[in-house]
Amino acid sequence: MNFLTVTRATLAKDIRLEWRSKDAINAMLFFSLLVVVIFSFAFDPTAEESRRIAGGLVWVAFLFAAIVALNQTWARELRNQVLDAYRVSPAPAIPLFLAKAVGNFIFVAALEALMTPLFIAFYRLRPLGPGWQLIPIAILGTWALVVNGTFFAAMSLRTRAREIMLPLLLFPLSIPALLGMVNSTTAILTGETSPAFWIALLVAYDVVFTTACLLLFETVLEAE
Amino acid sequence: MKRGFTILAVLTALLLSFSLYAALVLAPTEQTMGNVQRIFYYHVPSAWVAFQLFLINFVASVIYMIRRSTKADIVALVTAEVGVVFCTVVLITGPIWARPVWGIWWTWDLRLTLTLVLWLIYVSYLVLRRFSSSSQTPLLAAVLAIFGALDVPLVYFSIWFFRTQHPAPVIGGGGSLDPRMGWVLVSNWIAFMALAWLICWTRYQLEVAQRAVHEAEAMQSLMEGAR
Repeated sequence: MNFLTVTRATLAKDIRLEWRSKDAINAMLFFSLLVVVIFSFAFDPTAEESRRIAGGLVWVAFLFAAIVALNQTWARELRNQVLDAYRVSPAPAIPLFLAKAVGNFIFVAALEALMTPLFIAFYRLRPLGPGWQLIPIAILGTWALVVNGTFFAAMSLRTRAREIMLPLLLFPLSIPALLGMVNSTTAILTGETSPAFWIALLVAYDVVFTTACLLLFETVLEAE
Repeated sequence: MKRGFTILAVLTALLLSFSLYAALVLAPTEQTMGNVQRIFYYHVPSAWVAFQLFLINFVASVIYMIRRSTKADIVALVTAEVGVVFCTVVLITGPIWARPVWGIWWTWDLRLTLTLVLWLIYVSYLVLRRFSSSSQTPLLAAVLAIFGALDVPLVYFSIWFFRTQHPAPVIGGGGSLDPRMGWVLVSNWIAFMALAWLICWTRYQLEVAQRAVHEAEAMQSLMEGAR
């Protein structure tokens, strides 16, 4: 079977499922809304220092919310033994992984697009550095979260308490990516330093872990 | 086998007691820090041993991915467990020393943060092994160990960007160490290596025995089911 056909079919199916149920996106939106509101009460959002911590708050909110989408990536396929059917089918494993990762990327990116205006309004944010650079940072950072997240969600399928397992596996490994996202965002919001190093770090993280995920996914999927 | 174990145990006991004496009595007192500096003879060897064990864990995980050998899997499990223990010792002795010398318990400097992140990665490795209760556990654990190893250089470079406060590495870092302190450090390192080796060996035997028992039990219940 063709690589692109499998990717497109799986991706289209996932997006259609999400479009009809809106389970993940609704849960993520409400969850990150709660995080924003709770953080606003915990820190004074209008103070000038909040510019320094806003980058961290935004990404922590997205990281926690992304777990919701990541957890249901594969759980959905367990019902009716869809995953077993996939294993015995001649379709290769890598397109399946790519479709799932891209699907999660779209869901989390949609969440970010909807939540960012709210963050800007609540925290009165105005970038003092080059604001357009926030877009590549968002793309690289989101991919860094979802590529490993999709992979570890597949791994935690085979454990007890799998919904708790995913953050336990994902968070320690995501520390460099999180450092990159938070520091580059803060650098742009405060306009004090250049985000170049952190963007390069995110690129390196994405390249290394995308390669590792693609190489090892088949082993994890076929593990029985 | 049993004799080798006894010899190693006796040797470890001798080495440890001699090194303890050397660290507390024979080594000269450091001029500015005073006696607090002596914790260095535990802190640094523990760190070296922990990193060596994590390295062995990574190599064993790669071997498991290639050969699927049970031995490599048990080695990976054992070195991760003992490595986490030594790493915990590093993370506890560090602040005890830092408080009187730096005036703070903790700082987000390169080596400290890297050690903490390594510790977190290996704790998550052990959690995965604990929560995964099937025949695929070794494979999943090996994959996670490889991901962890890929993460280490990235963590290193991300924290390297911050100013570093930790004293420069004693060996190969340009820092000068009194030779009278140097041999005490090396002696402690050898003693800690022997201890780690002894614990890993014991744990390895225990794991082999445990797996044999599980297998025998499974066989027995199969036989009873067949009857």
